[in-house]
This record gives sequence, structure tokens and C-alpha cells, in this order.
Amino acid sequence: MRPESLLVPTPAGLCCPEGGFHIDPLRPVARAVITHAHSDHARAGHGAVLATDETLDLMRLRYGDHFAGTTQAVRYGERLAIDGTTVSFHPAGHVLGSAQIRVERDGLVIVASGDYKDVPDPTCAPFELVPCDVFISEATFGLPVFRHGDIATEIGKLTRSLALFPDRAHLVGAYSLGKAQRLIALLRAARYDRPVFLHGAMEAITGYYAARLELGDLRAVRDGTKGEFAGAVVLCPPSALGDRWTRRFPDPIACFASGWMRIRARARQRGVELPLVVSDHCDWDGLTRVIPATGAREIWLTHGAEEALVHWCSTRGLRAKPLHLVGYGDEEEVEVLESATAGPDQDIATGEPA
Amino acid sequence: MNRFAALLDRLAYEPGRTAKLRQMTDYFRTTPDPERGFALAALTGALSFQHAKPGLIRTLIAERTDPVLFEMSYDYVGDLSETVALMWPASASPRVRPPSPGGGGSGVREADDRGGVKPHAPERPFTPPHSPSATDPPPPGKGEEEAASPLIGHNSAHLTPTLADVITTLQTLGKAELPRTLAHWLDGLDETGRWALLKLVTGGLRIGVSARLAKTAVAALGDKEPDEIEILWPGLSPPYESLFAWLEGRADKPAAEDPASFRPPMLSHAIGADDFKALDPADFIAEWKWDGIRVQAAAGVCPDGRRVARLYSRTGEDISASFPDLIEVLSFDGAVDGELLIVRDGRVQSFNVLQQRLNRKAVTAKLITEFPAHLRAYDLLVEGDEDLRDRPLSERRARLAAMVQTLGEPRIDLSAEIPFADWDALAHARANPSDVGAGPDAEAIEGVMLKRRDAPYLPGRPKGLWWKWKRDPFIVDAVLMYAQRGHGKRSSYYSDYTFGLWRAGEAGDELVPVGKAYFGFTDEELLKIDRFVRQNTVNRFGPVREVTHDAETGLVFEVAFEGLQRSTRHRSGIAMRFPRVSRLRFDKPPGEADRLDTLMTMLDAAEQTPSSGGRVLDASARTGKRKGG
Repeated sequence: MRPESLLVPTPAGLCCPEGGFHIDPLRPVARAVITHAHSDHARAGHGAVLATDETLDLMRLRYGDHFAGTTQAVRYGERLAIDGTTVSFHPAGHVLGSAQIRVERDGLVIVASGDYKDVPDPTCAPFELVPCDVFISEATFGLPVFRHGDIATEIGKLTRSLALFPDRAHLVGAYSLGKAQRLIALLRAARYDRPVFLHGAMEAITGYYAARLELGDLRAVRDGTKGEFAGAVVLCPPSALGDRWTRRFPDPIACFASGWMRIRARARQRGVELPLVVSDHCDWDGLTRVIPATGAREIWLTHGAEEALVHWCSTRGLRAKPLHLVGYGDEEEVEVLESATAGPDQDIATGEPA
Repeated sequence: MNRFAALLDRLAYEPGRTAKLRQMTDYFRTTPDPERGFALAALTGALSFQHAKPGLIRTLIAERTDPVLFEMSYDYVGDLSETVALMWPASASPRVRPPSPGGGGSGVREADDRGGVKPHAPERPFTPPHSPSATDPPPPGKGEEEAASPLIGHNSAHLTPTLADVITTLQTLGKAELPRTLAHWLDGLDETGRWALLKLVTGGLRIGVSARLAKTAVAALGDKEPDEIEILWPGLSPPYESLFAWLEGRADKPAAEDPASFRPPMLSHAIGADDFKALDPADFIAEWKWDGIRVQAAAGVCPDGRRVARLYSRTGEDISASFPDLIEVLSFDGAVDGELLIVRDGRVQSFNVLQQRLNRKAVTAKLITEFPAHLRAYDLLVEGDEDLRDRPLSERRARLAAMVQTLGEPRIDLSAEIPFADWDALAHARANPSDVGAGPDAEAIEGVMLKRRDAPYLPGRPKGLWWKWKRDPFIVDAVLMYAQRGHGKRSSYYSDYTFGLWRAGEAGDELVPVGKAYFGFTDEELLKIDRFVRQNTVNRFGPVREVTHDAETGLVFEVAFEGLQRSTRHRSGIAMRFPRVSRLRFDKPPGEADRLDTLMTMLDAAEQTPSSGGRVLDASARTGKRKGG
């Protein structure tokens, strides 16, 4: 069987005709297999959804109880037979519940990795390398300039700034699902034990994480007073930075935790004063470490800078091609787009160009 | 070096002065000698070494990376130093990952059976990088006290260079050795460290910190005034260990032996209409306010008999190197406060002409001939050993006049007094400088200065002694087209505005952007504009909002500006000097705002006037379009 017949890019997303399901479909479909709960991958309105327990819970938190006709939870490593294909989920190390989807038929193995990273993250299961014939990789940070560096250094930047400016609120823009909780966990690991304040959009998801992982003293911004925010960490969606919402804080410093912060022009364009290079995606080194390690003879690349990775693969004798799936992107961008629909006077942070 | 790099990194993003100061003072407090001293030298621009050319940096990266990936990356990042800093292969010194903070099974697992995932499989370079061998000279530097990279399984140590190593090495390094040394340093640094190093060696350390600000941060270490540092400064040299020792109370104040040190200048207040009532014209002298660069020229003889002469900007930056033609005629002993001007054929040129001399890297003979520098003397602070700053202005001016006359140097002259009997006469002089003796230099006059005859020379901006009375700005009614959010405290406000004027387009009248303004309004007005922008957005481009702007709906700004010049870089064909929002015209329909032709006519008129440098500043244009009286 040709890999192109096992998984086929369609306008609704990546489709497995044999198994009768789509992976991370962009439109409502009968059967959806979901890698993780970020909204560009996990949408509401499918007939049946197969995902990890955590992903299903997080989708429920986002979309309400009736986000799909039926749901089925799957454990990491569990093998399911779906109409002649064998499907299993393996940790992607991206966010809580995130998975790579392994699809096998007649000895041909394709792994759709969704978004992934192969570096430690205290908030989710570590990335598992799954041998395969075809590896479908994201390429969000698919240029050699994206090197996320040492996470402890980045957290150190924040804690040093907190010590140096004990009278200023440190507003940290971070994606509400995954990034925010990882930052809290990293701060706690760095022995930062003061209260962390949360923007309203982050409370529910952070509460879900906090039930499974010690995140220390968490408080809602709406319960805090201006005095309490002095020298405090306040987590908010990136779109809230620069919003009028920030005017309630004493002399705020705009911080932003994202892999994009590696590029100075990007940070400056967004008016960020303390950029933190913290990403839940692989950097270039990670991508070029994982891709050959899968042993795949063919690499399919989605969302991001595919071109550079295709070139890199060719220099390594790997066949590679971009899969032109429209609709996935960096979560921050998606979060910005979502807030754009909130109303004409709703403030919006800079959208990242695709 | 990594710590200095981290400081530069933070300073580059920090918009606030106070916060910049705090970061620098913290760095000086927590960084040992001589590292901090070299950092101070770098921040104050006190270093001189042969800068590396971009071509060298390109060659280095080309030897280490795939050219296709480099081009894609450079195209994306847009800055050579930054691209190279980020792409530089980390292969030589693997930085180990910290253990997982969460504990329990985080990290990459599995799959070594396939021979695959190892921590940091190095990117294989396309051309083998230079690898240190036994015949190589030992690496410069002894490693940094703070963050030497952990070395795992490597015999050739790539230690993090200190800033001190880098600077002392650069000052003596031969050109041929630069590439290899630079590559070696880059191997030992992290992304930020590499960025800072490349900025330093290419001479592009632009992080919005003046020498004065850096000295202020150092002064704060010992609760001293920055002025005290200024007086000592010329006698000090990197790494300033005696300075730090004094500031930390470990040693006596270093001796100020230099005869050409900088004295902080005295500054003026803008005069308001109400201020005149309380002032007696007889107490003041008036001078022209020249549109050049305020400088301090200091010269004298060292104890060892060596003559020194220096030119300082008003913030204390030593700008001598840019004006050798002026330095060589500073044959007096003392310190003169004055204005740096370009004078051609006895005629003071506009600021626009002066700017053409300023923004050059190399000072060539041609540049000096075409743009001859001139010092117009305002004040005498020191003469010989005598500090005159406590004396009244009248006495200082008399001594200055005598000194200038003795010098007999055509490139140095005395700023003339403007005769006036009362404020009305001065107002007339200000509006028509050529009527009262300014002659052909009138275009380079910004207004008048009023100085109390009995005032001592006090550093800073003391109240009531010196006043500036600028000529009225030009004004134009323009339409707000785009708004962008500001930075720092203004990051939640749309505070940077692009405004336009009408011109005939293919489909009727259209607005063409003519300038940008981000000040001139009050906090209250900012709130009003911010609200208007949010409620009248028609388009969004990243941080920029397009605001409704047609003949009926939109917001008209009265924009004040100081001059115009033609520009090929702007779609409108003109560039405004110093534009700011002077008034909000919510009452005015955008259709009634001004047309681009108005400015073009002003420019055309100015170009009829010789020596204006194409800038609109001549009297006829002024009376036509100037605001107020």
C-alpha cells in the first residue's frame, strides 16, 4: 500500500479512507481522531471523537459537554483496530494529553505527530519516539534561527526582573492551554512561591491542571487589588497584552513567552519588554533531531516553514514534501484570531503572519 | 560576556529611563572588576578598535552552515548579526539540559536502540569548522567567572570569553587573526552572547543608552551625582577600577588631572506668554538660538606638557573624532559652551546641511572641505585654571569676548547679542531676524535665548535664569490615517499616529501620508484619540490600525512642525522636521484639512531663497503659514 493512500490530505484535514476517520479535522466530520486540545486541532461539532482522556476533558472545558456526538477515550500505547487499520496514541510532549497518532495497515506505519517537542515539560508526558515509515511533522519553527535555548535561563530572566522591579506587575502573555501552566510549574521549580495571578480566560484550564499537578498559590486577577499586583506574575492570553485590561496594573512590564520571541523584530513589533523564549514546539535542533531518529524514509511537513526543512531533509537523503493543510498554525496566532471575532472594540494583539 | 550580553539584551527592549538605570546599576553592583569596567567603556562608547566588517561575519557563517538555509534565515530575520548569532552551530560546546524540574520521567525517552535521539545531536556543518589543534595559540581568556559551559566529552575547551578578554584582545589583534578568534569566541557563547559580541565587534551597539545615562547608573553605585563622574571622566580609562573603588568607598576619589574634562551644561526653559510679565528686559541679554548642535569645547595642557582638546555633546559624549578640523583650532586653555555649526562662505548653513556631515562614518578631507565646522561661542566656563561658573554671565561674556578676539580664529566667533529695548522689540527681532543684523544667517536661527545678566553657570535646568523663545512652528491641518500602539507605559494606547494631506488622485481627492507624530498631546487628549481610534477602526495590520478617513468622517489634527525637506523615501515626496500634534480638531470635517500643495508651495518658495538648503524656514513662508504671531 502506498502511504498516499493510507492518509490523504483533504480540505477537511488529513483523512484515512480505509479507517473512515480524519485526524484533527478542520470541519465537522463523522469520525475524528484528535491529537491535542489546541483549538486549531480540536474543533467542536464532530460525530465521534477519539482522543486521550485529558484531551477530551480539555475540549469539554472549552466547548461545553456537547462538543461531539460521542467520545471515546484512549490510553497512550493502546492499540485500536479501526476498519482494517491499527491506530495507537503516543505522547507528543506538547501539552497535557497531547499525542502522536500512529496508523498502521499491512505493515506500513505512518505517524502523524501533531504538535510536539522532545524536551522536558513537567506538565505532560514526555515525547515518545515512534519508529515509522512516514513521519508527519509540524514545521512551526522550521528555520535554523529558532533555537529555544535553555529554559532555565529564560525563567531566570523573569525571576531576576521580579527581583529588580519589585514594584512592577509582570504581565506574562502565554497561550492559555499548556504554556501558562508550564510556566507556573517552571516558576515553582525555580522556587518562586508567591501567588501567581490568572487572567479570567485561564482560570478553568489552569484549575484542571492544578488538580493533577502542584501549581502552588493561584489567584484570579479579578479578586486581586492593585497593591497585590506589585511585583507579581500575572498570566494572560497574548491578546490581552497591550489591551486596556492592563491599565489596572502598577507600571506593568509586558512579557511574552513564545518561541517567536527569539526574533527581536517580532518581540519589538509587539511591544514586548521582556521576551521569554519558551515554546511547546520543537526548535530547529529538535526537529532535525527527531525527524531522522524516527527512521522514516519519507517526511511530510505541515504548518510552518516547511521549505527549509524540505531542503534540510534533501541534504540528508530523506524524501520530504510539504502537506498543504490549511488551517493549522501556531496556537498564539489562533488565539489572536479567536479574540478578533469577539467584537469590534475588542482589543487584539498582533496576529503573527502565517 | 554572557552577563554583559544579558544586560544589553534587556536594555535593548526596555523603553523607560528609570528602568534602564536600575538594570545598569544592578549590573555594575553585581559584576566584578574588570568586567564591569569594560562594560562601562562599551556603554559610553569609550572603546576604539578596528571593527569587523559584515563580509567577515558572512564568511564565517558560510563556512559553517548551508547557504540555502542561511539565506532563508537571513531573509526571515533581516539582521545579519542576529541571524548569525542564532544560526551559529553549537556543536563545539554542547550545553547539557538541566534535569527535569518536575521530576519523574520527563525528558526524551525511548529509541536509542534505533541509534537516534541523543541530547543535542550536533548539526553537521557543510564545511568542517576550524578545529583547534596543538599548533593553535591558546584560546584568549581564562573563562568566565559566571557561566563557563560544562564540558562533556570534549578535549578542546570552548570557554565563555569574558568581555575583558574580548576587548583587550580586539585592541591588539591583527586583522588576519580576527576571523579565527571571533569564531572561537562565538563557539563559547550562547545565542544572546553571540548577538552581543557581533554587535560589539561590528560597532553596532545601538541600545538606546547614552554615555550620560551609563555614567548616571555608575554614579548611583556610590550615591554620587553624575556630574562628579563627568569631571573625573577624561582622566580615567577602562576598566575604571579606581572609579569603582571610590564609588564603593574602598578608595579616595581619583584625581581629575585632565585639563579638558566635560562640565555639565546649563539648559533653558521654554518661555510662556505669562512669563514675560514677571521679567524686566533690562535684566537680560538676548542671543540668537542657533539651529546647530550644542557643544562644549575644552582644551588645555596636561601635567606632562601634552596638549589636549576635546569636543563634547551636551550629554557629554566625546565627539572630537568627528570634527578634527575644529579640534585643531581649539588653541585656548579653558572650556567654552557654544553651538557647532557649518559655515560656508561666511554663511551659517541650516541644520539639514549639518546633518549631512554628522551621519558619516569616515571623516574625509572632502567632507571637511564641503562642510566646514564652526564654533559659535556662548559662554566661558573655565579659563586657564580659573573656574568662572560662579561669576555672573556679564563677566563671563566679557572674558569670552576678549578670549575669542585674542584667538583670532575664523572658525570660532562670539554669539552676537541682539539689541532690544523691550519685549515687543525682541518679539519683532525673533519674527524677523534679518532686520536686526542676523543677515544671511537668518535661516539657521531657531529663535532667541534670554539669559539673566547676573546668572551664574549652573548645571542642569535651573528655573528663571535662561529662557528659550523659539520661533513659532509651521502648522498644517492633517487627517489621522493610521494609529499604532505605543511602547512601555503607552503600550495599551494608540499613541503613534500617521497623518495625511489631500491631493488629487485618479479617483478624485485622496489622502497621502505626510508624517508621523507621537507627542504634543496631553494625557487627556491621548485618551480621547485612543477612544476614537478604537471606535473608528476600518482595518488592522498587526499592531497598526487604519482609522476611517474620508471627507466626512475622521479626525483632524493640527500638526506643528519645524521645517520641510524633499524626500524620495516618502510617498508624499516631503519629510517634516519635528512634527507633533498641537491641537485636536474634532470640530473640523476631514474634507477641510490642508492639501499637500500647500506644503509644496512652501518648499518651492524656500528653494527660491539661496542657502536655505531646500528647507522651509525663510521669512516669507513663515509669515504665510506660521502659527500665532
